[in-house]
Amino acid sequence: MIALWIAIGVVVVLALSATIVVRRRRPPAELATRTAAPSTAAPRAESGESEAPPAAAPRPAAPPALRERMGRTRGLFAPLRALGGRADTAAAFEAAEEALLRADVGVETTNELLNELRASGVGADGVLDALADQLVAVFAENADRTLRFDDEPGVVNVWLFVGVNGVGKTTSIGKVALARRVEGRSILLAAGDTFRAAAADQLALWAERAGTEMVRGAEGGDPSSVVFDAVQRARARGNDLVLADTAGRLHTKVNLVEELAKIRRVADREPGRVTEVLLVLDATTGQNAVVQARQFTEAVGVTGVVLTKLDGTAKGGVVIPIERQLGLPVKLVGVGEGPDDMIAFDPESFVDALVGL
Amino acid sequence: MFDALSERLENVAGRLRSRGRISPADLDEALGEIRTALLEADVELGVTRHFVDAVRERCSGEVLSKSLTPGQQVIKAVHEQLIEALGGEALRLTYASRPPTVVLLAGLQGSGKTTAAAKLAQWWKQQGRNPMLVGADLQRPAAVEQLRVLGASAQVTVFSQPGDPVKTAVAGVDEARRLGRDICIIDTAGRLSIDEALMDEVCRISKRTEPHYTFLVIDAMTGQDAVATAKAFHDALALDGVILSKLDSDARGGAALSVKEVVGRPIVFASTGEKLGDLDLFHPDRMADRILGMGDMLTLIEQAEQKMDQDVVARSADRLMSGRFTLDDFLEQLHQVQKMGSLGGILRMMPGMSKEIRQAADSIDDGQVSRVEAIVRSMTPKERAEPSVVDGSRRVRIARGSGTSTQDVNQLLKQFKEMQKMMRGMGPAALAGAGGGRLSRMAAARGLGGASAEDSLAEMLGSRPGAAPRPEAPRPAPGSKGRVGRNKKKGGRVTPPKGR
Repeated sequence: MIALWIAIGVVVVLALSATIVVRRRRPPAELATRTAAPSTAAPRAESGESEAPPAAAPRPAAPPALRERMGRTRGLFAPLRALGGRADTAAAFEAAEEALLRADVGVETTNELLNELRASGVGADGVLDALADQLVAVFAENADRTLRFDDEPGVVNVWLFVGVNGVGKTTSIGKVALARRVEGRSILLAAGDTFRAAAADQLALWAERAGTEMVRGAEGGDPSSVVFDAVQRARARGNDLVLADTAGRLHTKVNLVEELAKIRRVADREPGRVTEVLLVLDATTGQNAVVQARQFTEAVGVTGVVLTKLDGTAKGGVVIPIERQLGLPVKLVGVGEGPDDMIAFDPESFVDALVGL
Repeated sequence: MFDALSERLENVAGRLRSRGRISPADLDEALGEIRTALLEADVELGVTRHFVDAVRERCSGEVLSKSLTPGQQVIKAVHEQLIEALGGEALRLTYASRPPTVVLLAGLQGSGKTTAAAKLAQWWKQQGRNPMLVGADLQRPAAVEQLRVLGASAQVTVFSQPGDPVKTAVAGVDEARRLGRDICIIDTAGRLSIDEALMDEVCRISKRTEPHYTFLVIDAMTGQDAVATAKAFHDALALDGVILSKLDSDARGGAALSVKEVVGRPIVFASTGEKLGDLDLFHPDRMADRILGMGDMLTLIEQAEQKMDQDVVARSADRLMSGRFTLDDFLEQLHQVQKMGSLGGILRMMPGMSKEIRQAADSIDDGQVSRVEAIVRSMTPKERAEPSVVDGSRRVRIARGSGTSTQDVNQLLKQFKEMQKMMRGMGPAALAGAGGGRLSRMAAARGLGGASAEDSLAEMLGSRPGAAPRPEAPRPAPGSKGRVGRNKKKGGRVTPPKGR
């Protein structure tokens, strides 16, 4: 009697799906209200934006050349360069498309960029140059790439590092701490990653290298309280900058993202002031990085991007749609394992490295 | 996972399906959209090209012109190619005759090796094995510490010693042998595929420990670079398989689709959460089903929309939801379903069905279904409304009236009771979740159409649990992949607002 089992199953499923179809057709108004609801959760406005002029963050002395580090990317554009002026325009555009797609720029942005190029009527031999100019122009939209620091007495600046698992948040903090100490800032590290086993130990080793203090909590404890304690301690000790680590979390985990929003709120309490929320992105990540950037921005108001692992074969081209669509500036790039391998982002050398001029 | 990809492919399929004739231009357009869908899902460019070319080949002019439903033909080609790309059988793990079975994990920084190592240890422990962890990541600060903490919570011994990673790994394997552990999992430092010194180091670890399995741990969100990385590691280490991490993100599956194609090694494990238990074997066929399954559900719904009498269906569905579903309603539904074609055919379109069920479905003829109908028709109206009144003598009468046996009648009644119970269990609970009124009922119906109902159904139908599909997604208007569509889907799926 397997027929019976199957018959009953089929009937039930169909009845349900048909109901869905019928109901979906009938009350469109109700549907609209339901879908409209989530969109009211607007991204939080940044607080205290214009209170003090941002202090310019000087670049570390003798930064490793980004272009040198990204040398391997050039291979991508080699076919395009080899075409030179000999090929027809269509072939040149095709080569450019391939290079952009392979660099993780994404279909949509690639098409937009190339359509703009086509509209400008550039010839085969000019595609590469025009493309480079265009990319530089994308980055020029978000001109301010300095790390914001409010140099007010009594204010403890908090830089919050957020991102998905394994992008290199803890390592980035360690490197930033080293660089800022060079600048003469008085830094305190907050081991806000209370979830991952031994994350605090990892940060402690960086704190040691950078010669800074670190505040840590119990493993599995409340990360907000760690950040709160760090801000209090910083005030008591006279530190002016807290670098707060957070546990890696996927942007799809609503409750974890909520937790992050709470950390941010707590860090923003007097005397703390969150002056940077840095989203750490892994250069090997594909189009998912755009989704990450969007979700984290909605939840905690990301102010800049740290692009890590750019010294591998990955191109990190995904920052182009992020800059273009979301207006999020890349502020720092990680180009190696050494303590000094965290450098300020320079659009021109990034584009140079990408396109290989 | 993979929602975005299946959604896009469904869009293409939906438009093709209704076409009676497909011109070369139509085909080009469809293939272009498939290409975009794959690229947006981070499938590597070369793999994408190959995929599209293969689909084009399968849809050569002759095939299309001979077919009565050319749209279906194209869709079929896409489906077949997708299965091929995700790749055949799952890897069968075997164990060394002289333990320990050595497992080496390698990968880029931050791909999740240490976590995967601990999860693997836990997984093997659950399989009744006796694993040991070796921490050979002496590079990242506190990596060994992390492994020790994870190992402690999985109750697995962790071995490590400072100094040279190669020596540590070798000593770890010796230690595992000495302690009589049958599996030895070696966690190595994250390294870039272009870092010659570090790649050389992992090669030496591999040579000295002679691992039975070498797995590359790769982040499911990796972009175009996944292929280059996998290739480089494969060239250096001769991989046996891939562990896909962070699959619980909304990653679009590019890495999953690309790596198999380029390296020719299957994805063996997939990690889908932050807990140690969140790791399981990866079944390519099930994943293909997941991407494909939806399309068939959509066909099914389309057909239901076109062929079924919506008022009748809605009426019985209402009763179904409120737990007042009678045998009369069942019969009415059955008639509606039969309008759509053979049960076997319908069943094959339903996602989450195992091969066995599909085969069984093929063997059903509609005569068997009419026997079910005959049984119900041999009942009095009261018996149909209240099956519980059917006692022994009534059973005999019904069996005689329908020309079946009392066993058949019993079975029908039993199944029907089960179904009612299932419906009652789900209906009010789901209704209580949302605010009330028609909207909530709609949401409830959608929720029911999803995991819970189909899970129970799959179980009821003897299918494997867990392979049940997601609820059908409302198809966004052609060309718009806007947020509204996605929101709608989310809104529909998460039935109780604060339930999770």
